[in-house]
Amino acid sequence: MSDDLRDLYQEVILDHSKRPRNFHAMPGADRKAEGYNPLCGDRETVFLDLDGDVLKDVSFQGAGCAISTASASMMTESVKGKTRAEADALFARFHALITGEGDGGDPELGKLAVFSGVREYPVRVKCATLPWHTLKAALSGEAAPVSTESEGPAAESGGAQ
Amino acid sequence: MSTVARPAPAATPVPAYDVAAIRRDFPILATRVYGKPLVYLDNAASAQKPSAVIDAERDVYEKCYANIHRGVHWLSVHATDAYDAAREKTRRFLNAAEAREIVFVRGTTEAVNLVAQTYGRTHVGPGDEVLITGLEHHSNIVPWQMLCEERKARLAVAPINDAGEVDVDVFARLLTPRTRIVSVAHLSNALGTVLPVRRMAELAHERGIPIFVDGAQATPRMPVDVRELGADFYAFSSHKTYGPTGVGVLYGRAELLEKMPPYQGGGDMIRSVTFDKTTYNKLPHKFEAGTPNIAGGIAFGAALDYVTGIGLERIAAHEHDLLVDATEKLQAVDGLRVVGTAREKAGVLSFVIDGVHPHDIGTVLDRHGVAIRTGHHCAQPVMDRYGLPATARASFGLYNTRDEVDALVGAIHEAIRMFR
Ligand SMILES: Cc1ncc(COP(=O)(O)O)c(C=O)c1O
Repeated sequence: MSDDLRDLYQEVILDHSKRPRNFHAMPGADRKAEGYNPLCGDRETVFLDLDGDVLKDVSFQGAGCAISTASASMMTESVKGKTRAEADALFARFHALITGEGDGGDPELGKLAVFSGVREYPVRVKCATLPWHTLKAALSGEAAPVSTESEGPAAESGGAQ
Repeated sequence: MSTVARPAPAATPVPAYDVAAIRRDFPILATRVYGKPLVYLDNAASAQKPSAVIDAERDVYEKCYANIHRGVHWLSVHATDAYDAAREKTRRFLNAAEAREIVFVRGTTEAVNLVAQTYGRTHVGPGDEVLITGLEHHSNIVPWQMLCEERKARLAVAPINDAGEVDVDVFARLLTPRTRIVSVAHLSNALGTVLPVRRMAELAHERGIPIFVDGAQATPRMPVDVRELGADFYAFSSHKTYGPTGVGVLYGRAELLEKMPPYQGGGDMIRSVTFDKTTYNKLPHKFEAGTPNIAGGIAFGAALDYVTGIGLERIAAHEHDLLVDATEKLQAVDGLRVVGTAREKAGVLSFVIDGVHPHDIGTVLDRHGVAIRTGHHCAQPVMDRYGLPATARASFGLYNTRDEVDALVGAIHEAIRMFR
């Protein structure tokens, strides 16, 4: 495999995509939201168990590409136990990382830094952000499914076939 | 030199399909992507352009560009002649009876909208039906849906079977006394199915119903004769047929076009205008309001010359060979499933692989220089039919080679090694 592809599909990402963590429904969830990426048809549901302001438990379910599945899996691990504000801040840092605005060396990102290769693949940014947008929707209690097409500059879903 | 006996030449020698020479006609095919030779297998989305087309468009601007149908001056006359010549080439390409039956539009999408908004609005009323099939591109669904919503009519859908075929008997049963128009693809962009359009037209005509055929995927890869097919309307896009973007064709039988109201109002589509009344221009100008894509239209004529120069039958045979080769090789890949296994198929090969998402396949193939399409291919109902969020799709063009099929297969093995 080429080095470019290795930068995107790091071992940790491949591992999480093949064996996603916190990959189950949560029957007693306080909140849940559904996310949809029309570009690739990915659908993910994020479940939340809140304790006041703290994300006591987070899980997800759905079918997606390696990037969105790994991103969801690692997101659930990294926001568990954080406050709402902390989770929001982490998404902002993550977003900056994968769009190339941020600094790959941001220490706050922890393991999420493995997604730095996404910046070289602009069409894959939406795959990586899908679970985070869905988490945000769950936190704000939005009923309607979120679509990645409400974000970002180019909507790539509509093109000619 | 050679002592090997050569076979006697055939009685009518057919020149071999010289794909290497054909490839030299397409400058973009020399591109390298991430250091690898470009393997362009996204022809169903849009085809690359031969030098003949690129040169034709440049020639217009360098040698004979002016607005058409308006000027008394030399340039305008020449531009008009060249544009009209493209219309005549299109007539011949489709074997239409008359050049005035060829309406230039922006593309297949606009052609469907034109017919839905003109023929549709004057013929479809409350309780009526429009019949399409389960494998249509969104552009042959949504305009009819909009029409049905406005006119309180019903959109009926002839289903596809597991192979991706439309059962003609089921189709026939869905033709009811309320059916006002039928609209079907000639060749499915998502599954590669070739529809039995001729039979479908017969069935519709037996009941006095006109048929619209979406030929977007057919014109680049098979000979089309609208009269032999019995198509009342036939649409296709220049850009998928090796011509420029922004040009498309609506063929309509003159008798139907004559009775239809205009689509858009403006210049060129009128005979005379006063504030009290406007009389419309004759066919096809009635449907061509405003300054068209002049240079694109002329270069489109060059594209038709190019493909007919090679011969649609030979292109069809070449792509059939690639499709058979690719299908065999892909079906031998562990965990790969071909989506769309109709008996009559052309040019398009959709597939999914266990444990590897189409989007990831696309990214890995891209880094190997192999350009394919992943997603729903603007045919979400087809994806729903198969319970798939997306597929990967390789689609062939007249310049693709068996070596490129091997590059595709090799890159797929790479992707599988990585994700399983
Ligand atoms: C079967 C089919 N119909 C219609 C279209 C729409 O064509 P265009 O985008 O050129 O209008 C396409 C391609 O996008 C197609 O594959």
